[in-house]
Amino acid sequence: MNAPVKFETTLKDWETDQEVRWCPGCGDYAILKAVQRTLPQLGSDPANTVFISGIGCSSRFPYYMETYGFHTIHGRAPAVATGVKLANPDLDIWLVTGDGDGLSIGGNHLMHVLRRNVNMQIMLFNNEIYGLTKGQASPTSREGTKSPSTPIGSFDHPARPAAFALGSGARFVGRGFDVSKNLPEVLKAAHAHQGAAFIEIFQNCIVYNKDVFNDFAAPKGAEDRQLWLADGEPMLFAGGAKGIALDVQALALKVVDVTGDNWQAAGVLVHDVTNRSIAHMLVELPFGPFPMALGVLYDDPSPTYEAAVIEERAKSSAGKEANLAKLLAKGQTWTVEANEGHPTD
Amino acid sequence: MATSAVTTPQAAAYSETPEAVVVRFAGDSGDGMQLTGGQFTLSTALAGNDLATFPDFPAEIRAPQGTLFGVSAFQINFGSRQINTAGDAPDVLVAMNPAALKMNLAALKPGGLIIADTGEFSKRNLDKAKYDTNPLEDGSLAKWDVLAFDISALTIEAVKPFGLGNKDALRSKNMWTLGLALWMFDRDRGPIEDWLKAKFRTKPDIADANIAALNAGHAYGETAELSGPLKQLHLDPVESAPGLYRTITGAEAVSLGLVAGAQLAELPMFFGGYPITPASAILHHLARLKEFGVTTFQAEDEIAAICAAIGASYAGQLGVTSSSGPGIALKGEAMGLAIMTELPLVIVNSQRGGPSTGLPTKTEQSDLYQAVYGRNGDAPMPVIAARSPGDAFECAIEACRIAVEYMTPVMLLTDGYIANAAEPWKVPDPANYAPFPAKFLGSKNDGDALLPYKRDGKGARPWIKPGTPGLMHRIGGIEKAVDTGHIDYAPDNHQAMTDARKNKVHGVAVPDQDIAAGHAGGKLAVVGWGSTYGPIHQAVNRSRAKGLDVAHIHVRHIWPLPGNLGELLKSYDKVLVPEMNTGQFKTVLRDQYLVDAQPLTKTSGQPFTIAELQTAIEGALA
Repeated sequence: MNAPVKFETTLKDWETDQEVRWCPGCGDYAILKAVQRTLPQLGSDPANTVFISGIGCSSRFPYYMETYGFHTIHGRAPAVATGVKLANPDLDIWLVTGDGDGLSIGGNHLMHVLRRNVNMQIMLFNNEIYGLTKGQASPTSREGTKSPSTPIGSFDHPARPAAFALGSGARFVGRGFDVSKNLPEVLKAAHAHQGAAFIEIFQNCIVYNKDVFNDFAAPKGAEDRQLWLADGEPMLFAGGAKGIALDVQALALKVVDVTGDNWQAAGVLVHDVTNRSIAHMLVELPFGPFPMALGVLYDDPSPTYEAAVIEERAKSSAGKEANLAKLLAKGQTWTVEANEGHPTD
Repeated sequence: MATSAVTTPQAAAYSETPEAVVVRFAGDSGDGMQLTGGQFTLSTALAGNDLATFPDFPAEIRAPQGTLFGVSAFQINFGSRQINTAGDAPDVLVAMNPAALKMNLAALKPGGLIIADTGEFSKRNLDKAKYDTNPLEDGSLAKWDVLAFDISALTIEAVKPFGLGNKDALRSKNMWTLGLALWMFDRDRGPIEDWLKAKFRTKPDIADANIAALNAGHAYGETAELSGPLKQLHLDPVESAPGLYRTITGAEAVSLGLVAGAQLAELPMFFGGYPITPASAILHHLARLKEFGVTTFQAEDEIAAICAAIGASYAGQLGVTSSSGPGIALKGEAMGLAIMTELPLVIVNSQRGGPSTGLPTKTEQSDLYQAVYGRNGDAPMPVIAARSPGDAFECAIEACRIAVEYMTPVMLLTDGYIANAAEPWKVPDPANYAPFPAKFLGSKNDGDALLPYKRDGKGARPWIKPGTPGLMHRIGGIEKAVDTGHIDYAPDNHQAMTDARKNKVHGVAVPDQDIAAGHAGGKLAVVGWGSTYGPIHQAVNRSRAKGLDVAHIHVRHIWPLPGNLGELLKSYDKVLVPEMNTGQFKTVLRDQYLVDAQPLTKTSGQPFTIAELQTAIEGALA
């Protein structure tokens, strides 16, 4: 979106010479490959691309991307990225964070980068656990999660990243998971969006929270448990046998059975990525009674923060001269005349 | 400014023809005392007197009317000789209500003049100020001259033609008082009238009412001169170096210095801030200077403010952030990131009383440990301290220079006193400052390889802007390998990088320490830093005039310290370190030089008085 010139690159051009240090089998590997596969398709320029991260397993990501990269401090990546973007709006910024980094210690910054609408892609790797600190419950851990810090099971209510993002004012909310073949399409849509694009990526921590997403991500029976949303397409799953309709009485979504191809008759909704009300329902959709809503849940651009900053700067500088000598002598002044024999300095 | 003969406090008493006068305006926080003081300051500056001010106001925005904790005061010391402090004790106290009288009476010089508004000395207000009897009537003010009359009624009378209600009319009381003060010191009302007309451009009635009140106060002085203690005084202009002058507060000076510093570095400036007293004024000033390539960003919190500034520096601008003690504490971890990633950054700390929320509107110098030592790990960072509002301009430029030349965060210390106080300032010529243009790496710096942590002769690494073709690299807070900047936890590497960071900061070129008064060697050196300059300088000069062997040394570069400072301190028999904290710089000096530095501490939220320091000097030499 930021590079007017399409660059010719291959996946290899985006790999660094650094040894990847995630645990063997970690979902992060799959996300890394998906990103490295997507960037050549976008025509991105490595020199114009910046990966900025906080702290945690996911935040090691920049070291493995042959781009500019800034591995900052815990939770603060959105703030650093905001400064980078305001200093150079032409840079294409990818933010990498996790459920602990982005929603616990950095929740405040994530909220503000979203509501300000700073143009960047925000990938939140949600593995529902603190991996790098050896497995404590995170703000997205499900109730009852046993961990070193919650030996008989966690009891605080998990945060819902996509709902948090939308509630913070995000104008793009997407969802995918590490090994999904659809992840690059979600990334491309996020990149095409002008503004803060939030992508929740479910990621399998094979050491501390193994297969916690298998309930919807396991290949077997996936079509019954995954609702892939596409703009202008009916919200169908289970091979088209089921769909999502609006329960007008309850003002809520419901699952309906579809007979044959006649989804219209069943009242299945056509996905409109600009419909914020439906987006609120989609991000709150409880998994179990409903399939997991994936893909682009919401995409309705509004003016970006950096554009507003540039406009404000132009407006407040209009007709003003940047003359330092004049600035220093501003306001009411008086002159002391040189006396005879008084040295001027 | 020329230094004239040292005067004793007695010589400046109001009853004689003084070289300097101290006036304190005190009233309710809603009475507009800061505004009155500010305009009186302007008229004083325009009259060519040297001056120093001390605004002292409560943390509450609108404290309940008439209460003791709601008293707001503005003190100004002005004269026909050099002025370094806001004055120890007022010669004149203007008390707009009983609470203002009670809170400020103790400071008033014996024989000084009290001007009081009898209209506010009602039973109700006396109760609020916890007076059992009316001090204006019970003889308790016998050791002072008292001029008490109904300023409230006179103001209402003066603005009557403008049809304002009593409540609105009374809002002009401060202008009436200002008019009287302008008469007392033979000042021109013109600039104040211009200012009122500009301020109330859209409400000409209000402007006229205020001007009427101002004129009425002035006229009252003229007619009342015949009776009582009120008399007019004219103080000749101070003998100053020729040139163009204006008044400036520390917050303005820091803002202008940062703009100048960015221009000298040939960089756009990015300022990340979060509202906090007394630092917010810098954000407000810079927000109006966008035409100088300034971006101001009001962040969601202190941490975001510094992190965004670091991000902007990473992307090639001059990142700046500013706060006060508690906010600086929040920024600590990010300062470590700037030290680790070796990016330029200026952090302005307008110190206030602490710990925790402490005294938000009162001054203190108690963040020196935090500035020099207050981060995790071995995290060296240059620290500079401004000694006066005008000096803050020079210090801000110096902070920008060190940050850019050494690729390091730099902390600039001011305090609540410097931030709010005003002084005359000889407008500097930007052409007199040597530029220090920032250099960005444009191509690989080691044959075919890029070494993001290869150091130059100063120990600084190259500044590499994202967006530069072919120089992609990664930085971060994890320890990096020498030269390559790759992640490296190896023992020898951490030793080498810790040493490199330390050596770089220790190697920052700092001018040799000069002596502000007196000479090297002798019985006593009084060593100060920051806003104690004024009172120390006056106290040392007065002591020297009495024949005492004492010198004044004032340190700007707190870290690294000037190379000659250790030898200089050792040339004195005794070293006394006055500070508005419990002895922080004293500890640094003892640690660095093994000198027997003795502390003189004050943590009342008020600056040192000259008398306190003179007593301490005499004690040390006894």
